[in-house]
Amino acid sequence: MPPAEQVADVARRVDAVEQVALERGLIKPTHLEAFSHKIEGDWTPATGAAIVARAWTDAAYKARLLQNGIAAAAELGATMPAHHRHLVVLENTATVHNVICCTLCSCTAFSIIGMPPDWYKDLEYRSRVVRESRTVLREMGLDLSEQMEIRVWDTTADTRYVVLPYRPPETEGWTPERLKSIVTKESMIGVARLEPPTAYQPKA
Amino acid sequence: MDGIHDMGGRQGFGRVRFKPGSQIYHDPWEIKANSLSGALVAAGLFNMDEYRHAIERMEPRHYINASYYERVFTACAILCVEKGVTTQAELERIAGGAFPLARPAAPGREQRSPTDFAIGQRVTVRSEFVPGHHRMPGYIRGKTGVVIQKSPDFPFPDAAAHQLEEQWEPTYDVRFDTTELWPDASEKASVTVAVFRSYLQKAA
Repeated sequence: MPPAEQVADVARRVDAVEQVALERGLIKPTHLEAFSHKIEGDWTPATGAAIVARAWTDAAYKARLLQNGIAAAAELGATMPAHHRHLVVLENTATVHNVICCTLCSCTAFSIIGMPPDWYKDLEYRSRVVRESRTVLREMGLDLSEQMEIRVWDTTADTRYVVLPYRPPETEGWTPERLKSIVTKESMIGVARLEPPTAYQPKA
Repeated sequence: MDGIHDMGGRQGFGRVRFKPGSQIYHDPWEIKANSLSGALVAAGLFNMDEYRHAIERMEPRHYINASYYERVFTACAILCVEKGVTTQAELERIAGGAFPLARPAAPGREQRSPTDFAIGQRVTVRSEFVPGHHRMPGYIRGKTGVVIQKSPDFPFPDAAAHQLEEQWEPTYDVRFDTTELWPDASEKASVTVAVFRSYLQKAA
């Protein structure tokens, strides 16, 4: 490693890679615009929230979703990148809690739940959640009862996992549209639950 | 390789920086880095396993101090150099300073001949030490768990990251108890890991 003071500014290093890739014709000048469009328009938690709301209100759809995640997501127009070849949906219940991580890098089903948040990619989450899940979740505001079974899922291959949150009992009779509005990215990663007493109000 | 990237179960890290609705990016260059990696994969310059391995090959002190997106564009840069798109000298000239890359790759390896495992079967992760890329987190090496489901075939990472002939095989979602993974030194939970078939053998 060269001394830190000799290392080029981080943004200039990114620009250097971009410049050579553009000059060699590997990428288009519009790559950033196209990517921004994807992460702002398509790859957002709203995609996953629509899937969750449908599963909560349509038992046959939920069965298909648990059986073949990619096909069921596609029914609602949600697609996954080519290398995400398998989607497994993990159902939370009143007594089972699933939580997702990637200890080796930071893989997620980003086209379904949105791009991974900063903390998901941090060394703290990646190192600790597999070994001390209950403490990590409590520190993150999710204090699970001792009776709750915790299942951690490490995304080590190209199977992608998404948590189907437990539907809060007080939402009985809500429309799918209204249900969608309470489903958060955090709940689909499994670091939050939506029912009281652990639920928090998502920020607008 | 037993690299610094293999974070699962490492101790000493503190609280996760978490708040609901956390940010994805903190700087515009991070979005550009993320876009570049996707665009270069789409251009066919490298595959996902080469990309992941390039991150793993970063010098450990660089890896641990770099943000997630510095690791992303560093992998793009080293692969651009290794594939003849540019040189480190050119990148450093454009960036106006040193551009630390990553260390060379060790050889990859071929998959094993197929052995199928059944849902519910107890399996043990082979106690192997591989110099090149693989997707077996160190915390499951030699450990025994239960197969709970099987994926479709994926490219075998140990070969795909090293330009060996394309080989495909399924992964098995193997559920381990934390008491098996870290006896007397973990919290009660299960950890399910997607394990490539070649990494597994029948439990004794």
